[in-house]
Amino acid sequence: MDQYRINHLKELEAESIYVIREVAAQFENPVMLFSGGKDSIVMFHLARKAFWPGKVPFPLMHIDTGHNFPEALEYRDRIMEETGTKCIVALVQDSIDQGRVVEEKGVNASRNKLQTVTLLDAIENHKFDAAMGGGRRDEEKARAKERFFSHRDEFGQWDPKNQRPELWNIFNGRKNMGEHFRVFPISNWTEMDVWQYIYMEQIDLPSLYFTHKREVFNRDGVWLAKLPFMQLKDTEKVETLDVRCRTIGDVTCTGLTLSTANTLEDIIHEVASTRTTERGGRADDKRSESAMEDRKREGYF
Amino acid sequence: MSGKESGYLDMELLRFTTAGSVDDGKSTLIGRLLYDSKAIFEDQMEAIERVSERSGHEEVNLALLTDGLRSEREQGITIDVAYRYFATPKRKFIIADTPGHIQYTRNMVTGASTANVALILVDARHGVLEQTLRHAYIASLLQIPHVIFCINKMDLVDYSQETFEKIKSDIDAVSSKLSVKDIRFVPISALKGDNVVDRSEVMDWYDGPTLMYLLENIHISSDINHDDFRFPVQYVIRPQSAEWPDYRGYAGRIASGAIKVGDEVGVLPSGFTSKVKSIDMMEESLEVGFAPQSVSITLEDEIDISRGDMLIKRNNGSEPKNSQDIEAMVCWFNERKLMPRGKYVIKHTSSDARCMVTDIQYKMNINTLEKNEEDKEVGMNDIARIKIRSTKPLFFDSYSRNRITGSLILVDEATNETVAAGMII
Repeated sequence: MDQYRINHLKELEAESIYVIREVAAQFENPVMLFSGGKDSIVMFHLARKAFWPGKVPFPLMHIDTGHNFPEALEYRDRIMEETGTKCIVALVQDSIDQGRVVEEKGVNASRNKLQTVTLLDAIENHKFDAAMGGGRRDEEKARAKERFFSHRDEFGQWDPKNQRPELWNIFNGRKNMGEHFRVFPISNWTEMDVWQYIYMEQIDLPSLYFTHKREVFNRDGVWLAKLPFMQLKDTEKVETLDVRCRTIGDVTCTGLTLSTANTLEDIIHEVASTRTTERGGRADDKRSESAMEDRKREGYF
Repeated sequence: MSGKESGYLDMELLRFTTAGSVDDGKSTLIGRLLYDSKAIFEDQMEAIERVSERSGHEEVNLALLTDGLRSEREQGITIDVAYRYFATPKRKFIIADTPGHIQYTRNMVTGASTANVALILVDARHGVLEQTLRHAYIASLLQIPHVIFCINKMDLVDYSQETFEKIKSDIDAVSSKLSVKDIRFVPISALKGDNVVDRSEVMDWYDGPTLMYLLENIHISSDINHDDFRFPVQYVIRPQSAEWPDYRGYAGRIASGAIKVGDEVGVLPSGFTSKVKSIDMMEESLEVGFAPQSVSITLEDEIDISRGDMLIKRNNGSEPKNSQDIEAMVCWFNERKLMPRGKYVIKHTSSDARCMVTDIQYKMNINTLEKNEEDKEVGMNDIARIKIRSTKPLFFDSYSRNRITGSLILVDEATNETVAAGMII
């Protein structure tokens, strides 16, 4: 029966496409969250495959903290134009201006946590009943217990102790008015799977993932980008180094990796030999032992 | 570097579930598999070292790697299924790590539903316990094709061959009541690493494979049903664009079997027949499609087909049953007990229907494997054989023949919660 064998990437792909199609079939008004990071790029690529030669039957949405790498925004706009896809942009700045959230103060101020309110408001305003995200179970231990179809109550909250059992490939997306689902089509992918798949499919990525010279400074062992809205302490020195992004998120909490990896092959080698997790560079997860669980309970991605 | 050189384009995916309690050394075993295959990163290790120290453990507590939720860490128990990932050059592994205690039977069932292999831990000092039987029964009920009994803590019984053989024959005696195709036994010490990744130097009397060798080499590609083509239609793709004015693709994941361009297919429930025009995966057009691929199939004839319908191949003898009456073994998941003659939503492949539980035949005592025909109250974690009547016909196979078209879930209409998993008889 070996002629009916597919490799692990093809099997993960088939599973994710199945989940994405299930969302389109079970929900009236779904949306796919898109950050311009590699996970959401892969997820969007899978969505295009799922509905080819038709168009992706739902919009994308970017929760924009305003603290972006310009390259990520250029990439987003270009891909949307090339594929004829609609991308809604929800601004954290709007939530701040409306008084829905208050900006954190101090040098470590980040808008990362504020995104939750912007996201929940956008889901409510657009009446989305399912929001697909690029979260993976291997990223973080609270995520390891996440379902593909994750139910959220009317306040957008996650109750990890009361999750619906999920068996075989039968997904239960039934809900009451005002509730919604978060769906994670690439739950079973690891960081390595994502990179191997990008390589196998030759998916176009923002240049940030490859080595480039950049002005950076070191804070608590993490290299951060020197961009106009970053506040530096007196002791922090700006240096120009060869770096690349391992994840792309809000600039204030996205650590850069010192690297000269210039091709997808280089990156796969680098990921294979690296000994820290990709979220190890994420200041947002270092806040406490259960930082991710707490944020997820409130309605974070 | 080409994909071939780095090997990963040839990697296969294996999903396994682990059952056992903390005392069996399950977390230590998982920790060892992850650690020895370098799937634990330095920052994760530092984080659990920090927490271990704070909570007063002498050794680094590898269980902390799998206990993801705060309440689990506080109580020191695993409540929910946790998924873990690691890879070797041969395979990528997905572990569904499930708690072993009886009150978490539902989590074990969940983890088992997608597994190719079950690892069942047995403490060599205690031998076969009630829970060993329970875990084996669930593996058999969920038709996990391969079960590996890991006789653990061999270091604490002086690596005794006699102890191992005794446990093995005790399990052999009960396994006749079960239907597992492939049963293996490995004597291990997760703590010391014997026969996990590296061959034990002490147990020279054991000439079988190590656990890792089994995980890497157990033949799984024939576990999928390759005979009966079943294609539940999930979504209909109709671009109606200038470039694709007439494209009508039936999208879905092939549940079993294989299909070629030009093959004749039957459509359920309409009964029409047509021929496969193309099997598409984006620009890539396939000559043959097979389980578990997600594809879009176009047909020669224009037939009205929608979600919930099924494409099948008739020429190989077996057709799915087409009926409103279903008999199934169910595992109950909810605090609200099963209501006799109660109405539920049944979800089966891409079909939804309302249904009624028309009969509860017996409840299974999963510790003794005896049928109880007197007490028919089915509550959380109970396993029972029931009859269901649905409002519309469903197209199904027996679960033992087909894990996809033979499985169903029941949803409570009042709460929308998934209350039961069913394996069709």
